[in-house]
Amino acid sequence: MCLAVPAKVIAVEDSVGKVDIAGVTRDISLMLLPETKVGDFVLVHAGFAIQTVTAEEVEETNALLAEMNGAPRTVTDIPEGAAGGQV
Amino acid sequence: MTKQEERELASRLVKEIGCMAEQADHTLRFMEVCGTHTVAIFRAGLRQMLPPKVELVSGPGCPVCVTPDDYMDKAITYAKREDVIITTFGDMLKVPGSESSLMEAKAEGADIRIVYSPLDSLQVAKDNPDKKVIFLAVGFETTAPTAAATVLAAKEQGITNLYMLSAQKLVPPALRALLDDPEVRVDGFILPGHVSVITGTEVFSFLVDEYHMPGVVTGFEPLQILRSLYRLMKQVTEGTARIENEYGSVVHPGGSPAARKAAELVYEPADAAWRGIGVIPGSGLRMREAFGTYDIERLLPLDVPMGQNKPGCRCGEVLRGIVTPKECPLFGKVCVPTHAVGPCMVSVEGVCAAWYKYGQGRFEYGR
Repeated sequence: MCLAVPAKVIAVEDSVGKVDIAGVTRDISLMLLPETKVGDFVLVHAGFAIQTVTAEEVEETNALLAEMNGAPRTVTDIPEGAAGGQV
Repeated sequence: MTKQEERELASRLVKEIGCMAEQADHTLRFMEVCGTHTVAIFRAGLRQMLPPKVELVSGPGCPVCVTPDDYMDKAITYAKREDVIITTFGDMLKVPGSESSLMEAKAEGADIRIVYSPLDSLQVAKDNPDKKVIFLAVGFETTAPTAAATVLAAKEQGITNLYMLSAQKLVPPALRALLDDPEVRVDGFILPGHVSVITGTEVFSFLVDEYHMPGVVTGFEPLQILRSLYRLMKQVTEGTARIENEYGSVVHPGGSPAARKAAELVYEPADAAWRGIGVIPGSGLRMREAFGTYDIERLLPLDVPMGQNKPGCRCGEVLRGIVTPKECPLFGKVCVPTHAVGPCMVSVEGVCAAWYKYGQGRFEYGR
């Protein structure tokens, strides 16, 4: 329930931001993070930006989400020889 | 970091944790109180990686699971009215009330709409001026500001047919209730990451000051969770208790003042009933008098009896980490994800659902 995903802010108009979440564009509310600027990375929960995040954090979470959508990536089941592949 | 590096780091952390566990005079139990952590821990198989003397146990971290039957009964009663549209997050649909669920009410014709954000309810209210639109405001500190902001937006836009059925809950009072419960045994807390984004880390200092209990605010990557466990083990071994932050990239000590301000404008603390734990003083949020016109329970009060647990269902004990799902007589027999008896099996973030899903096949049942 408290899952939040990182997104890049690509436009801001009043208290509405347009964000890119792993390639999908949607509008979110900036009411809870009014200082948001274009180019910021923000954590989005239930349609609201709730915190600014670093670009590295975005990459990490996107990798986790990709894994949750089917790509195998856990510390126990990484196959031998897969080292150095995509993260 | 490459996968090989991640793997090496994980092995090193597990080894270090094992060395420290050797010195412990009893089995150490660390509790996570966030459904997303529960799922992340099971997905990564962390329980199986840890030495036998380190045990992970799930607490009441899934908002859907701790919402009592009578809340669902109220939601279903409202849903059946001709003049009502319910908006809700999807995970509430299958949660059983005392006799039925929202899913069943929907099948019988009730107008129930799944929304991505509570804000979506505003558009539904605008499009249906002759209906009462009720948002099921369930969640912890992360979600309360979004429901509050929706109410504030409704007020600003002059929307008068939007209401909340609130069962918002607060994590710190629940931790206090667990620590005061003589049946619960825990040596440290894996503290919820996205709750802390809002609350900050200060709110957890009572764990240290009053209970000498370590806690580490944690992210959701397997490695972050392992690093937190390492930090917890270190504190336990040293005999110290601190609140540490392993998710510092997004969790600031002061949290999010703007989000808290929105929640505080609309809500005030109130006693709340948690499934399996009972009423915990000050652990919920009730709408303030000034926003009473958005509270459906003030407009249309319902007299619904307090929820009773389903016969045989041990969800209440599972939520406090007293028994594992395996010890419940219904688990995996009459209670499975497709036909859940209790809410711990209904929600994808529920402990029983995680045990059922990840305990079969690939992994052994978690310890």
